[in-house]
Amino acid sequence: MARPAGVPDLKGGRLLANLMYFARTLRAAGMPVGPGRLLAAVEAVRAVGLGDRHDFYWTLHAVFVNRRDQRELFDQAFHIFWRNPRILEKALAMVLPQTRMDTGEPQVEMIKRLAEALHGDRAGAQDEPAEEQIELDAALTFSERELLQKADFEQMSTEELAAAKQALSRLRLPLMDVATRRFTPDPAGPRVDMRATLRAALRNGAGAIPLKRRRVRTNHPPLVILCDISGSMSRYSRVFLHFMHAVTNDRDRVHTFLFGTRLTNVTRYLRAKDIDVAVDRVTGAVDDWSGGTRIGECLAEFNRRWSRRVLGQGAVVLFISDGLDRAAGEGLGPVMERLHKSCRRLIWLNPLLRYEAFEPKSLGMKAILPHVDEFRPVHNLESLASLIEALSRPAGRRLEAATEWRTTPASSAA
Amino acid sequence: MPTPSLPVSVDETAALLAGQRYVADRSLATSVFLALKLGRPLFLEGEAGVGKTEIAKVLASALGRRLIRLQCYEGLDVASAVYEWNYARQMLEIRLAEAGSASREQIQRDIFDARFLIKRPLLQALEADTGGAPVLLIDELDRTDEPFEAYLLEVLSDFQVTIPEIGTVKAAEPPIVIITSNRTREIHDALKRRCFYHWVDYPTAQRELEILAVKAPEAGEALSREVVGFVQALRRMDLFKQPGVAETIDWAEALMQLDALVLTPEAINDTLGVILKYQDDIQRLQGSEAQRLLEQVKAELGGRTVA
Repeated sequence: MARPAGVPDLKGGRLLANLMYFARTLRAAGMPVGPGRLLAAVEAVRAVGLGDRHDFYWTLHAVFVNRRDQRELFDQAFHIFWRNPRILEKALAMVLPQTRMDTGEPQVEMIKRLAEALHGDRAGAQDEPAEEQIELDAALTFSERELLQKADFEQMSTEELAAAKQALSRLRLPLMDVATRRFTPDPAGPRVDMRATLRAALRNGAGAIPLKRRRVRTNHPPLVILCDISGSMSRYSRVFLHFMHAVTNDRDRVHTFLFGTRLTNVTRYLRAKDIDVAVDRVTGAVDDWSGGTRIGECLAEFNRRWSRRVLGQGAVVLFISDGLDRAAGEGLGPVMERLHKSCRRLIWLNPLLRYEAFEPKSLGMKAILPHVDEFRPVHNLESLASLIEALSRPAGRRLEAATEWRTTPASSAA
Repeated sequence: MPTPSLPVSVDETAALLAGQRYVADRSLATSVFLALKLGRPLFLEGEAGVGKTEIAKVLASALGRRLIRLQCYEGLDVASAVYEWNYARQMLEIRLAEAGSASREQIQRDIFDARFLIKRPLLQALEADTGGAPVLLIDELDRTDEPFEAYLLEVLSDFQVTIPEIGTVKAAEPPIVIITSNRTREIHDALKRRCFYHWVDYPTAQRELEILAVKAPEAGEALSREVVGFVQALRRMDLFKQPGVAETIDWAEALMQLDALVLTPEAINDTLGVILKYQDDIQRLQGSEAQRLLEQVKAELGGRTVA
């Protein structure tokens, strides 16, 4: 095909209109495409020309796509749209106001939304030929979800909210601050700030040069939370959700993942400022509440797909799980080891320890324990405050904190 | 030597890259052409070892421009990326001026003079050059932190830098900017919006063969086919780190050093460290798995030559 269908040439007014509709389609399907991007697209198409459909594709790709995960959506949209845009024009006008932009959803959802953006109003596109539909259907590859159950949480009261904020201000994670390579002015700092000194010297006039000082600035390392939401953990889910929401909104560079039988990145949902909205969104996005646990598989997926992206800058990992694994700890050891070696510090928070005489005996726990830096058991986890208290206890050296559990579990229970 | 002019079409861009022994997909050539033609930065993302950095080097040498490279790291600041004052010389200048009888205003004017300015890559890139504007490579932007990314916004949209003591330095001719990222974290949309984006993917088997033919021609047809087949099969596996094109080329060269004419299980076991960089992956592949994969690749190749 030498020329995209429905795009006669550069001078005909159709191209501009079609590009605009295409941009609107992408926007309706959830890609952040604004007028600026559209103008850039027109400019780019002019530069490359319309000689070849392939070039046309990559020209628009260079302008509209700017994340790896938008490629599939763009690809489908392009091929559907530039086959016969006329069909879509009508449908679009009706669809646009209803669709909301939200890029935080997984791939399958995005493509489903493209279909909605394109064909949301079936009645409006009655004259659509049958073959059109066939192609679309082939494109929609929904995986049948092993739908387990949705969770329903009580809303948070004002008192609770205030208490949560107060509790969070006491949170002191081990390794709170790490040195950055940046500096901040400090009159008693250990280093001389030459630039500030010279400027001060000039302000002072001739004679003495007052030394200005600076020190290394410290910063929180990124925090990655991996939280188990399987059946055995369900009674704590609410507390953990509140904790994760509070932490996400309290500091930057926090990534949150939930896992039961599958791994879900819920970071974006938790960014909603209102706790109840955030919890609603999370429960809407996660389908494996209170089901079984496949810790090994979920962590393996995390290692493969996310670890290099979220653990890049020396993150601290907070692993919240009771260590009860459906696969009885099989394959868990190497996966934990990989996780441990990819992060700055791995903290395991275990809420199962309801009894003082607890011993980590299950196979899953035994597989995890050798690879955590800190083991933080929580007895009677009822509130955010007790959770924060457990997390804020002073830290030992790397790998040291968990030793007592690893070697002589009985002694600590005494 | 006259400076080569910018390409005027996608075809010319592809030819330009090919002339520098860089085998580029049509899609990449389109993005490069757009970036050159419309004077916007090109943002390349992709796994390690797919030839992102190489693009900048190739462009610089093809267009006869100077290559300025800014390697990003966490904590990269203005003093090492843009400019710094030469404090020692400034101090000296103050002493000298005081020994004379320069007025305070005089000293102030003299001390923040271009003579005392140490130019770092970003500022250098804004300078006019005899051969035309330089190629600025901002490598592995994902390694730096958000504040520096925000700083880049001014540089990349207006091609200017503000130095408080002097004023704004603006490029007469905007440099050709190539930004690469390994996507260890997401770069902010505000920055990407100013660029043309391209995801550099692993090449197809055919493309990878072409690359080997250009980059490691001594390997010969048979070995190259097997190497590419094996690497492509590896990429279909669930590995922690898949081998990039750079690894393929290194591997072909390593095998040649061992005088291997075809792939054998022993040769693979000996050289596995060249293509796989994680112990988990190497362990998984060593021994029977490598042999199974090799047989599968050989069967596929055999089938193809017969057909």
